[in-house]
Amino acid sequence: MDRDPTVCVMGEDVGHYGGSYKVTKDLANKYGDLRVLDTPIAENSFTGMGIGAAMTGLRPVVEGMNMGFLLLAFNQISNNCGMLHYTSGGQFKIPIVIRGPGGVGRQLGAEHSQRLESYFQSIPGIQMVACSTPYNAKGLMKAAIRSENPVILFEHVLLYNLKERIPDEEYVLNLEEAEMVRPGEHVTILTYSRMRYHVMQAAKTLVNKGYDPEVIDIRSLKPFDLHTIGNSVKKTHRVLIVEECMRTGGIGASLTAAITENFHDYLDAPIVCLSSQDVPTPYAGTLENWTVVQPAQIVTAVEQLCQ
Amino acid sequence: MAGLGMRKSRNFINRIISSSQIHQSLGVLEHIHSASSHRTHLSKFPTKIPTWGGPAALSSSRRFESTEAEKQAECMTDIGDDNQMLDFPGGRIAFTSSMRFIPESPEERIRCYRVIDEEGRPLMDSGLTKISEEVAVKMYTGMVTLQVLDTVFYEAQRQGRISFYVTTIGEEAINIASAAALTMDDLVFPQYREPGVLLWRGFTLQEFANQCFGNKADYGKGRQMPIHYGSNKLNYFTVSSTIATQLPPAVGAAYSLKMDKQDACAVTYFGDGGSSEGDFHAALNFAAVMEAPVIFICRNNGWAISTPTSDQFRSDGVAIRGQAYGVKSIRVDGNDALAMYNTVRAAREMAIGEQKPVLIEAMTYRVGHHSTSDDSTKYRPANEIEWWRMQKDPVNRLRKWIERNGWWSSEAESELRIDVRKQLLDAIQVAERVEKPPIADLFTDVYDVPPSNLREQEKLLRETIERHPRDYPEDVPL
Repeated sequence: MDRDPTVCVMGEDVGHYGGSYKVTKDLANKYGDLRVLDTPIAENSFTGMGIGAAMTGLRPVVEGMNMGFLLLAFNQISNNCGMLHYTSGGQFKIPIVIRGPGGVGRQLGAEHSQRLESYFQSIPGIQMVACSTPYNAKGLMKAAIRSENPVILFEHVLLYNLKERIPDEEYVLNLEEAEMVRPGEHVTILTYSRMRYHVMQAAKTLVNKGYDPEVIDIRSLKPFDLHTIGNSVKKTHRVLIVEECMRTGGIGASLTAAITENFHDYLDAPIVCLSSQDVPTPYAGTLENWTVVQPAQIVTAVEQLCQ
Repeated sequence: MAGLGMRKSRNFINRIISSSQIHQSLGVLEHIHSASSHRTHLSKFPTKIPTWGGPAALSSSRRFESTEAEKQAECMTDIGDDNQMLDFPGGRIAFTSSMRFIPESPEERIRCYRVIDEEGRPLMDSGLTKISEEVAVKMYTGMVTLQVLDTVFYEAQRQGRISFYVTTIGEEAINIASAAALTMDDLVFPQYREPGVLLWRGFTLQEFANQCFGNKADYGKGRQMPIHYGSNKLNYFTVSSTIATQLPPAVGAAYSLKMDKQDACAVTYFGDGGSSEGDFHAALNFAAVMEAPVIFICRNNGWAISTPTSDQFRSDGVAIRGQAYGVKSIRVDGNDALAMYNTVRAAREMAIGEQKPVLIEAMTYRVGHHSTSDDSTKYRPANEIEWWRMQKDPVNRLRKWIERNGWWSSEAESELRIDVRKQLLDAIQVAERVEKPPIADLFTDVYDVPPSNLREQEKLLRETIERHPRDYPEDVPL
């Protein structure tokens, strides 16, 4: 916001309240109420507002208090955000960033535990990225703001408390690149957002058991970084996808299709996809834990895949 | 979301404690909003009511103690009910002891502002703005051009030369007069029945034809249906078929103008049907809260395809809803070009000068069918349509006024109509012959630069075309 005066923030409680997850803390004090705008509760409206502001020269960052609420903004995101650059013949561009926390938290209930990346992935004209560490969160956010295309940035409710040393100098990450978390030889594990941590935990166990998994945080959900993924598949010949989306129509489903289409010859075994079940997320803690893929399941899946 | 709820209320309470100069009792709270220019004043209660102790008193353990409130209630009943006021969050409200429900409709419907009658005679107390001959004749010419444009393109669709068309017959005054009252810097967010605004701003007949034929010269590169015009040069945002989705972006554009302190406003159009959409409600609410310089123009033409307004809403039309959101509103005779001009002029000054939204409900009638895919005689009487077309035509009405002023003649009339019709037929012939956009344009502009998946899909498509050249249309370049 310092560098570019057209960058502004809009959303519910983002102003003096600092955002419900404190992402926009103190910004209103620094940049004023107009640049950090508190909106009434109408997601479709303020997303549409952001789109209009973007079409007229601003670079808004729209916050969905929880990604699930953006279902109300689906109309604006699909019909206006994704389409208008195309249908206007390139005359109007929409450099908007739509971000917010999603994913399964700690007993937030079904409505507040949604994985919107599954629903949005089909919309032409938008890009989707998911951050997972403080380092990539900052880099991807900057890249998203500077991009001329509409970008949806998926954060995770449980990852806001992570602490990490990040460089002082400015850095911007590539929106379409995946991140190599742990190079390996035996199996390619593709994941993103919070599941990265479950995978890394499973990786420790796997290493102790003598396996050498390659872990890639795909980061770019649309389009997939098939270059990095492909190179990994060509090396290991085995793929495990670990995601938080539901089994039906999730990111994992699309990724499975994309890998099978492009790298079929390099696979020694069918792709295994571990996802959440097709159920609304229950409130009870024990039940909720079992809708999310746990490290133990990842370990078992790798063992079976590598037989 | 128990955790979040507690956090929020505690923050709220902490903010109350930390703001300075607090005289509080349980029922009276200062309205907290750091940048609000409206601060409610503390009500002057009689001295019997004790002032608040301090932070400890507000902590959750004592929140439900009602001692103070009981004392307060006792004092209040002494005073006499109808003069009591209370500072609720959001402002001061006076009490009443008579239970009265506000009726669902006002006793009298909101009156409709008009300046000339159907015969083009100025009404006595109308406060007619001085409109110059130049502007008046330009408005009239625009309205006639729009009428002829609609007729010719409608015919072209019936002949199978274009696939689809939407006419604006009956609403020419709304289109042209509102456009005339705006400046080129004002950002227009149309629904789809406002090509007149684009016409006024300088979109040529050829450009209209190009879009309808979806040829290479179309600014939309052939991607949209006919009548989905758009021109960033003329500040007219590309039409999107969906209803009322343009309202929130209009508010966003107004917000952008407000941030940049521009001497311009956003203007958006929608129909009576569009006012039922959720986006209408939220956009008005937002515009009022943001204090955004946006003009909402509702073309209440009586019909939403086959749904009459009596099935669309039960309120007194759309103008009455403005007050519900805190937006100034007015009802105007949409078929009176001069009244439209005056109203939009005034609204623009208010929107920009006072930085607030304005709602204009322009009453009119949709003389044409909803579109070329509709036959409205199926749901409304043909004589109703005829009556509005003949007796209430806004174009005739303005013509009578300018003829009265000696600014127009029947020769000028026939010359204009013949000339415009000829230009249009030429434009259509030209547009028909221009090439269609190339296949590459199927994949460009989805993003700023086509990403790898789209490049691959284009490659696949071209390979398919190479293998089956006879299935590919001849007049579309590769």
